[in-house]
Amino acid sequence: MSKPEDSQTILVVDDDRDYLEQQELILTAAGFSVLTAETVARAEELLDQQPVDLAILDLMMEDYDAGFSLAYRIKKQHPALPVIIVTGVAHETGLEFDAATSEERSWIKADCLLAKPVRREQLVAEINKLLGASHG
Amino acid sequence: MAEELRILAVDDEEGMRLGIERILAPFSFELAECEASIRFTVDTAESGEEATDKLAAGAYDILLLDHKMKGISGLDVLAWIKDRDCPVLTIMVTAYASLDTAVEAMKRGAHDFLAKPFTPDEIRSVVKKTAGHLVTKRRAQALAEEKRRVRFEFISVLAHELKAPLGAIEGYLQILRDGTASDPETVERMLDRSLARLQGMRKLIYDLLDMTRIESGTKPRELEQLDLRALAAQSVETLLPDAQARGITIELPVGPPVQLSADRSELEIVFNNLVSNAVKYNRDNGRVEIAITKDGPHVLISVSDTGIGMTAEESARLCKEFVRIKNAKTRNIMGTGLGLSTVKKIAALYGGDVAVSSAPDVGTTFTVTLNTA
Repeated sequence: MSKPEDSQTILVVDDDRDYLEQQELILTAAGFSVLTAETVARAEELLDQQPVDLAILDLMMEDYDAGFSLAYRIKKQHPALPVIIVTGVAHETGLEFDAATSEERSWIKADCLLAKPVRREQLVAEINKLLGASHG
Repeated sequence: MAEELRILAVDDEEGMRLGIERILAPFSFELAECEASIRFTVDTAESGEEATDKLAAGAYDILLLDHKMKGISGLDVLAWIKDRDCPVLTIMVTAYASLDTAVEAMKRGAHDFLAKPFTPDEIRSVVKKTAGHLVTKRRAQALAEEKRRVRFEFISVLAHELKAPLGAIEGYLQILRDGTASDPETVERMLDRSLARLQGMRKLIYDLLDMTRIESGTKPRELEQLDLRALAAQSVETLLPDAQARGITIELPVGPPVQLSADRSELEIVFNNLVSNAVKYNRDNGRVEIAITKDGPHVLISVSDTGIGMTAEESARLCKEFVRIKNAKTRNIMGTGLGLSTVKKIAALYGGDVAVSSAPDVGTTFTVTLNTA
């Protein structure tokens, strides 16, 4: 897969391999380099090996809140790394996740929460916003 | 389980209040149908005013309410209770054995009545009846609540399991339509994966129907003398193409028929699930062994594979609805997480159970025990 020299690297973590493949196709087409991990352990391995500019995590993986706890650990180790949590659980459980206020962000440790299915334009816009913010 | 119910005894005669307290405080009884042992704490009030104050402040289960008091009467207290939807059950204590007063009290929401003068046995009897009613009703409510919760949880997970493949297929379709990826190889892979996810969804729906049928018990079971060996052979034949594609051999030793009086479709579900799991979670060129034996009043069906196996912790979680063991070894294997829980439910219909023994990277043996009688 072509990786432009100066492109930014996004790590996508999700236990649905089809979702990972789709994110990889979409984000690569949008000009990013993409790393994928199907497990939390693999994600942490990749983060140790190379610099990553942004991480997109699924909320519900091995455990119901695997995304939250991974986000927490990422933020502890890499405070400046923007994290997006994507979740498909909001609608069924009636639980709503929204990290709109800074107080909520402080304990959720994600910069942005998106509900699946995520529209591609919305995702790319959020990524650009967060990458712009982290570099500005 | 011990239940302590709170009684409020309201009477303007001090002797009456003390008497009631003396009789009921040490009183307890066993409610067999709820497996509950019921005891009481007794609080008293000397007027209707004090009674409503105490009812407003604390939660009481049973109210022993004197009918004739100065100030607010017993019937007034009943009206107050009705207005507030206070959940206490009232036993009206009527000074005269007058049916009219009792009927009036019942009309206004009293649960039962007791005529003065009463013997210790009489008051214990009416309190016992009321307490039994209360505890039985509460247990039924708790059970209904638990059922609702389990059902909600099941539907939530089911919705999630159905949404995941839909999302995957939708994602691929969108990429195809947008032309984000157009090289033939990627396009073909996306189409294949979409079809695979559709197949998985169909399997989930079939498994769900199997499970619902077993659980609802609406379809009458048709018990007939079945030869389990023949049923197993049928399952093997169905799953042989999948096994052969990966070089897996399935061994079903020949032997005399093993007869069981059973419902054919239930036993088909058992064999299909066990054998397909043994193929799915096997290694390439692995082996599946099926053994069917009679052991006194039991029939044992065991299916062993030489596959990826499980840790003890993973084995313990199996057989619950929607539990799938997720790890690097199972990531490319599709499953619904309903098969084994359905097998377990079927085994229970025959007074049996499912046992698992497994070792990682060695293999797994599932043994289903069914009772012949």
